[in-house]
Amino acid sequence: MTADRRSWSFPLAAACAGLALLFSVLAGCSNDSNQQTLTVFAAASLTETFTSLEADFEKDHPGVKVQISFGSSSALAQQITSGSPADVIATADDKSIGIVSDAGDLDGSPTPFATNTMVIVTPPDNPGQVTSLADLQDADFVVCDPSVPCGAAAATILANAGITTKPRSLEEDVKAVLTKVTLDEADAGIVYVTDAQAAGTDVSTVDIGPDDNVVNSYVMGVVKGSAETELAKQWIQLVTSQAGQGVLTAAGFGAAP
Amino acid sequence: MTVGTRQVRGRSPLGLTVPAVLALSFLAIPIVAVFARAPWGSLAADLSSAEARDALLLSLRTTLASTAICLVLGVPLAWLLARTTFYGRRFVRALVTLPLVLPPVVGGVALLMAFGRNGLIGKQLDLAFGLTLPFTTTAVVMAQTFVALPFLVISVEGAFRASDERYDDAAATLGASRWSTFRRVTLPLAMPGVVAGAVLCWARALGEFGATITFAGNFPGTTRTMPSAIYLSFQSNPDAAIALSLVLIVVSVAVLALLRERWLSGAAR
Repeated sequence: MTADRRSWSFPLAAACAGLALLFSVLAGCSNDSNQQTLTVFAAASLTETFTSLEADFEKDHPGVKVQISFGSSSALAQQITSGSPADVIATADDKSIGIVSDAGDLDGSPTPFATNTMVIVTPPDNPGQVTSLADLQDADFVVCDPSVPCGAAAATILANAGITTKPRSLEEDVKAVLTKVTLDEADAGIVYVTDAQAAGTDVSTVDIGPDDNVVNSYVMGVVKGSAETELAKQWIQLVTSQAGQGVLTAAGFGAAP
Repeated sequence: MTVGTRQVRGRSPLGLTVPAVLALSFLAIPIVAVFARAPWGSLAADLSSAEARDALLLSLRTTLASTAICLVLGVPLAWLLARTTFYGRRFVRALVTLPLVLPPVVGGVALLMAFGRNGLIGKQLDLAFGLTLPFTTTAVVMAQTFVALPFLVISVEGAFRASDERYDDAAATLGASRWSTFRRVTLPLAMPGVVAGAVLCWARALGEFGATITFAGNFPGTTRTMPSAIYLSFQSNPDAAIALSLVLIVVSVAVLALLRERWLSGAAR
């Protein structure tokens, strides 16, 4: 045996390669060579609009599969800086995409493509009788955690309005806030206007005045090292095109500044 | 890497050694990676921040409470399963095992359906006493109890079954009631199993995340336990998340060390 002469690095690397191979074979994720895949990481609040744009993009690009991963912007940014393979990242604030560009993982500068404001949602029968932002003072309400964009916006709004009551829970993303309200577990929640609109009759909304409200700017960019830079650029073109902007406006988003 | 194999049987075949080494590295590498990436310089600061301390203390308080509840409710259930026969016992055992295989987040949804403000029981509680459970520390303890109870029941039932039932019979023939037989004979004989079950149950409660964040929510000091704190701080401050993960790894290793006699020696039971 010549084992003693071998260093540890070879067996270790071999083991890792073997594991990687095993997992990719079993997970069946070996790429079909005829099919191109564009991977988009997008803020949870873009779920409805980007899913609809995905269908348009695939129709215009035969042989291309768009894969979108929705989540909180800060979690997605963290995943990209940890090496997750994505081609495009779209976040609900400047801060999250800043994490990506600060890490040197963004190709060029981010493109603003929409804005969003916040609104109060309540269960349809409004058990906490919330009719204004000030009513949150005496209500059981939930907001996003301040580490994600919708939570940072909610914290600013509560501070602007001088609400000192603490939320009952700090949820991990905006969809979780919406769920707690639609299930009637909370009297109210602060979510994006677009999420409230998507929830339809499951919730009632209470407007937040412009003095207290926060405008979040949505930005996206091509991830450095993407294998599909061209497709990524075309995706950004679609979102900023008249058709793309139409989909966003219909969902309640505002135009980019 | 020499494998101590007896001369007669020959060397371990490559077809077994290679997958075994792969399995081992797959389990070990991520743990090693956490230590490698740990922010040793700022570790003390990361762990003594108010947020980390809140999460640590809350986890400690809630897991001790849920383990106590599991002991008080689980030991009798284990006794019932081990020492009595009744109609539908197999069904009861299956029910007890269910949370063990159920995804915890499903457990959280189920708890919300039962004890939420609009839930089957929660609605009555709200109407009768004005009591709502979601978003409270009680809800955290309930979520932990739900996922951890099966661990206790299964290991204690095993311990009851393993201890010789003839001691129970002897106590009975000497005139002991069934209650004092349980208290003076059955329970002391099964005590090592009860302790092991409690430690395992506590470890499971400590790691509980899915049911907690779904049913109890997430607020510092009331419902944000260690796993929730790790999940959320990983998005904004990964170093703090790694530091907290380190604590849970060390605790888990300590649990294994505590149980090593029973589990690692291969003589479980």
